[in-house]
Amino acid sequence: MPEMREPIESGCPDPWQYMHPVMRKNFGMWKYHEHPRVGVLRHVAYSGDEVWTVKVGTQRILDVFTLRKLCDIGDRYADGFVHFTLRSNLEYVVDDAAKVEPLIKAVEDAGFIVGGTQNSVTMISHTQGWLHCDIPGTDASGVVKSMMDELIDEFKTATMPNRVHITTSCCQINCGGQGDIAINVQHTKPPKINHDLVANVCERPSVVARCPVAAIRPAMVNGKPSLEVDERKCICCGACFPPCPPMQINDAEHSKLAIWVGGNHSNARGKPTFQKLVAAGIPNNPPRWPEATAIVKRILNAYKEGARDWERVNEWIERIGWPRFFEEVELPFTKYHIDTWRGARASFNASNYIRF
Amino acid sequence: MATDKHPTPMLDQLESGPWPSFITGIKRLRDEHPDARINQVTNSLLGQLEHSYETRKGYWKGGTVSVYGYGGGIIPRFSEVGKAFPESKEFHTLRVQPPAGNHYSTGMLRQLADSWEKYGSGLVTFHGQTGNIMFIGTDTENTQHFFDAINDYGWDLGGAGPCVRTAMSCVGAARCEMSCTNELKAHRLLVNNFTDDVHRPALPYKFKFKVSGCGNDCQNAIERADFAVIGTWRDDMKVDQDEVKNYLGTKGRQYIIDNVITRCPTQALSLKDDGTLEVNNRDCVRCMHCLNVMPKALHPGDDKGVTICIGGKRTLKIGDLMGTVIVPFKKLETEEDYESMVELAEEIIDFWAENGLEHERCGEMIERIGLANFLDGLGIEPDPNMLSHPRESSYVRMDDWDEAAEAWFERRAEAAAG
Repeated sequence: MPEMREPIESGCPDPWQYMHPVMRKNFGMWKYHEHPRVGVLRHVAYSGDEVWTVKVGTQRILDVFTLRKLCDIGDRYADGFVHFTLRSNLEYVVDDAAKVEPLIKAVEDAGFIVGGTQNSVTMISHTQGWLHCDIPGTDASGVVKSMMDELIDEFKTATMPNRVHITTSCCQINCGGQGDIAINVQHTKPPKINHDLVANVCERPSVVARCPVAAIRPAMVNGKPSLEVDERKCICCGACFPPCPPMQINDAEHSKLAIWVGGNHSNARGKPTFQKLVAAGIPNNPPRWPEATAIVKRILNAYKEGARDWERVNEWIERIGWPRFFEEVELPFTKYHIDTWRGARASFNASNYIRF
Repeated sequence: MATDKHPTPMLDQLESGPWPSFITGIKRLRDEHPDARINQVTNSLLGQLEHSYETRKGYWKGGTVSVYGYGGGIIPRFSEVGKAFPESKEFHTLRVQPPAGNHYSTGMLRQLADSWEKYGSGLVTFHGQTGNIMFIGTDTENTQHFFDAINDYGWDLGGAGPCVRTAMSCVGAARCEMSCTNELKAHRLLVNNFTDDVHRPALPYKFKFKVSGCGNDCQNAIERADFAVIGTWRDDMKVDQDEVKNYLGTKGRQYIIDNVITRCPTQALSLKDDGTLEVNNRDCVRCMHCLNVMPKALHPGDDKGVTICIGGKRTLKIGDLMGTVIVPFKKLETEEDYESMVELAEEIIDFWAENGLEHERCGEMIERIGLANFLDGLGIEPDPNMLSHPRESSYVRMDDWDEAAEAWFERRAEAAAG
């Protein structure tokens, strides 16, 4: 065996070396910001210095050609420094207003999209999907590309009442996280178990422990140790699949998409909120997923039409009430919208508050 | 290129439309990259991805791959249809920790791209949902080579599995007037104190640090982090009355009333007849809304610090949990301030490592044992800021009520004495 190289456990790198010099100089000394146009922010420091940020939407899964193209633009039209946002938008930072328009032109000529600031539908945060995940029910990159093709004007115009964060997740573990609108795979059938493989592949006690509703128990099947699922208890969450792949949860026909709304991480005006289920049973329909996009657009249109300035999706619905929400977005309300999980009672209306 | 291209009729449909296409990017690696290895790997990847689109199923399985000396940091992927798509049958992702706040120079991005195309597929994402740079797609042998290359010039793996994960922080003080703390410093001191726990998974489950400079919480810390650090301040917010008048002049009185005054969650604002803004700072909860609407007129106070919330997480297993306030306010100025925050993180992780069940997040453990027991275990005194409201159920034994009440008054007296 050749001699192995010991790792240098350096951890998280110091960003100071990669930060725009004006940002370094004015660290912690910023006074205010303005939004001169969509996709551009102007930050002014107490020193009088300013930086202009141009926000750029990309395909997120970057090939090295695209990454170098973005670097070329950064060297030629910006100051050689970039910052990535939480939602994988790239931000060029420049120290001079005169650099902004040529930079925007270069970005757009190269096929990237300037926008995503303030009251826009910004880039959809997403997960790996069929490209790389081991448990995906759908492909995140494809869903996002298809949706952003349809929502690109909202990325570029910022005419929503407040910012809109959309997320996608390829299973109910929900790595995409909370969003004003979230498009998540929802499995609808219990796992199909390949009993021949369970004993060799799965650590059975930890699979049993993983189930949120205690629906899995050890069993002998065809003379082999395996697992069985109480299908009446099973909530089809798929949590057993990662530790035990023979418990196949993904299903070309029965893995559907569901849409959730009202997740909001900010503390502004109210405490952070979790998203709520509004639609399920939506076909998982590659390569363009038109059914899911159509519902997202209906929700966005109703929000844009009905919400007041600064209201996020959750606040808008809180004001107009859920009955009117379901009416306006033309979605059915069913018994499945009534929560059955722990704490469900807190979501019941214990008052005479009814809107007419 | 000698290899036959896999047909991709479904993926081809993702090349139309105005948004940049990841498929076009992968095809460019297949068709134009000078290295035949990359042409073949990406051709094979496209073939498998097309197969997934046709059959609506994923075909990757995990495994055990790491680099010498570490136990994690790699997302191993082996293809279940590797016979049909052999060149990408091993397609591991390396999770690499970004600089705090996600700042890069183009020079460094180019250096990373050069290393990656030498050993990997040429596909990379800034960043995954845990906050890592995702170098997507290489085989087991090249995983080590790529790591060796970038580790030599300052890059290290992030977390994967039951371990301390890569941390995240907002752009913060580097470019934002709302910033109430040095996010980058808090981020690096916290996560770099636990490099052993990042690289060698041995905890009950994952543990995440996220730092947001203010209550806007751009890093989604309260919902997504086991240890969330949120910037805030405890003195009065700063009001520039001239700028308030400018907003009144340009936006109009009704706009300010409808969008600032009445939107305050604790009714702490009042617009006076003379056009000045009055703030009741004792009622203000630092939600950030009015500062967001009037960034020129309103600013955080000078006595800044952080609130620490513990136990946020997503669904699996018991349902979604927001983090709970454990430290209502903490100054982060001196080195000792930072050290005591890191010590708190050590104590919490130790307590959870000791008491958490397998695959149980810190917040789930708190849910199971109760917040009062968690505080007791850590020696943290209860504080009404930790709750939305006190207990509603009368079914409780309160054997030590008198002692607990006395302790409260003693702590109050100590705090008053300073």
